[in-house]
Amino acid sequence: MKRGKLLGTIALAGLCALANAQQPVRIGSTLALTGPLSATGAVHKVAGEIYVEELNKRGGLLGRKVEWVLKDDQSRPDLARTLYEQLITVDKVDLLIGPYATANIVAAVGVAQRYNKIIWHHTAGVPSLLKYDMQFPTGGLPADPEVSLPELVFDAVAQAPKPPKTVAIVTSKFPSVHFISVGAREVAKKRGLQEVAWLEWEFGNRDFGAIAARVKEANPDFLFIGAIGVESLLLVDALRKIDYTPPLHFHMFPAPGPLAKAPAGQHALALTTFEQHPPFINNPVAAAFVKTFNERAAKAGLPDNQVELQAAGSFATWQTIGAAVNGAKSIDDKALAAWLKKNPVDTIIGTLRWETPSNYMPGARLYKVKQLQDARWLVVWPPEFAAPGAKLLAP
Amino acid sequence: MPSLALLAQSLASGIFIGALYGLLGLGLSLAWGLLGQINLAHFALAFLGAYLTYQLSLAGLDPLATLAVIVPAFFAFGAALHWLFARFAVSAFNSLLVTFGLTVIIEAAIQWIWSADFRRLESHYAEVRYRLGTLYLPLPELLTLMLAVALSLALWAALRYSDFGRALRASAEDAAMAQAYGVNAKALALLLSGISAALAGVAGLCIALSYTLAPSQIYAWVGVVFAVVMLGGLGSALGPLVAGIVIGVSEALTAAFTAPSWAPLVSFSLLIALLLLRPEKI
Repeated sequence: MKRGKLLGTIALAGLCALANAQQPVRIGSTLALTGPLSATGAVHKVAGEIYVEELNKRGGLLGRKVEWVLKDDQSRPDLARTLYEQLITVDKVDLLIGPYATANIVAAVGVAQRYNKIIWHHTAGVPSLLKYDMQFPTGGLPADPEVSLPELVFDAVAQAPKPPKTVAIVTSKFPSVHFISVGAREVAKKRGLQEVAWLEWEFGNRDFGAIAARVKEANPDFLFIGAIGVESLLLVDALRKIDYTPPLHFHMFPAPGPLAKAPAGQHALALTTFEQHPPFINNPVAAAFVKTFNERAAKAGLPDNQVELQAAGSFATWQTIGAAVNGAKSIDDKALAAWLKKNPVDTIIGTLRWETPSNYMPGARLYKVKQLQDARWLVVWPPEFAAPGAKLLAP
Repeated sequence: MPSLALLAQSLASGIFIGALYGLLGLGLSLAWGLLGQINLAHFALAFLGAYLTYQLSLAGLDPLATLAVIVPAFFAFGAALHWLFARFAVSAFNSLLVTFGLTVIIEAAIQWIWSADFRRLESHYAEVRYRLGTLYLPLPELLTLMLAVALSLALWAALRYSDFGRALRASAEDAAMAQAYGVNAKALALLLSGISAALAGVAGLCIALSYTLAPSQIYAWVGVVFAVVMLGGLGSALGPLVAGIVIGVSEALTAAFTAPSWAPLVSFSLLIALLLLRPEKI
């Protein structure tokens, strides 16, 4: 009888272990699938789906399939907060990825912190808002974007055939860009550039006519536009309407598709971590991702199906999770966090490291400056990442 | 010291954006003042008009020619909406709630059809601008100004001098008395509601010619256009245009000579000042 019980217990334990091995690793996240941020949310959805599909073809993580539990936060931080609670307490996901955009990420990280869960995120724009020691940024943003990103941009424009001596810094008061514009003023001053205009507007400004007239009057060698989305396009459109094009114009986080199609966007400079040209696509993983993303994005009806900062950042996030789980041989939150603190991860945007107390990287090592040339975005700085034959153009 | 060129260009810019405020406010003001309908869906209709202009232009129609499709379609929609409101005896306050719901539905439909991605109408009009000395006048903005002035004047004249206008004003003043004199208030209300929606369609064309479109931008115009409607006087045909230009110019001059971030304060400061000084005008 005793022997029978023992055999039964062993068999049950074996069955449980087998069942556990067959259960998928559940990774939960929300994205802005509807609402004002959903255009970019859709990019992250396609990128994530591609990674998970490929990962499962390779056998998943720790021999288990991966299931992505994705919910729609409707672009709302309050809803994101609720949904992350649900993901942890109801869906009981194993791991968490943050949503899209700073406000929603801050909300999600707060929930993760309350439950001591590790969380990766790709698009938080203000590092000073995120102090939790088990949050891991994976989009490549430096710890000090207000210094290192303007440094990178001013380094780039210094390579122009006629380096700028004067600068106009104009900016939206949107939090993720405003503090970088304020930093740009300091960087410009240190480099001896004369600031001929400093203008701020409220996010959602409708009329750029008067601002354009002021920029034209200031006539800077270099126009630094701290804006997100289409605001910078509205400004250069307004400038074009009064027959003025600054020799050099930088757009911090523009809507890349509409800017590329607009005549006023020609020669615009912007930041990126990845563009789909060599040397980025010399990496076979990146090349395969680009090919699949282009097809899937077109099929999903996205108007702009190129891989750039957003899609690449999303893919890098998934690559980081894969590397951490395989490296730590665990899905335990603390084990993963400890592994990431000690180990860099190679991704398609470069090598990610989490070096500062809040897990950021000092310096804009993964950021590059790109330029619109004949409606194509090409990296022009630093030179080792420039598209073949591309260099910064200034009419 | 800012130059004369900056002053002139900012004034022009203010007049142009003010004309668009006026055009957006025109239909809203007439429906509110004469029908007692606070139609929040007016903004969603204007953006639907903008997206239809974009879509029809992609199909090869000249943007201005799209009005031949949009105006009758929107007229029919507006009349049908009013018929429903009358059928269910929707009060002024409830019309606010119902049309807010309608706004959300239209926004969702726009997002479903065109996605939340930015859409931009690339038309030959965008490349045309006229020069007067140092002043530049872009054609899309000139078209907006011309349409706003022409439609406001035409409606003002119709309300003031035609039998239709007199009957409509009488009906708004005292519906029972007007009906006793043979005014067909129901038909007039349907007609005015249709005109109001058609005006939203025309405003949509102007938005498409000058702006990059996204569904969420529907709400960006609500505050300032409501201020325009109130400053211009409910039910007034010329009031929204005048108030729109006053606000537009004030915003542009604020942006030109002080911090541009102060510009949004202008419309509401003017509204508060009017409420304090001349509340009977609202």
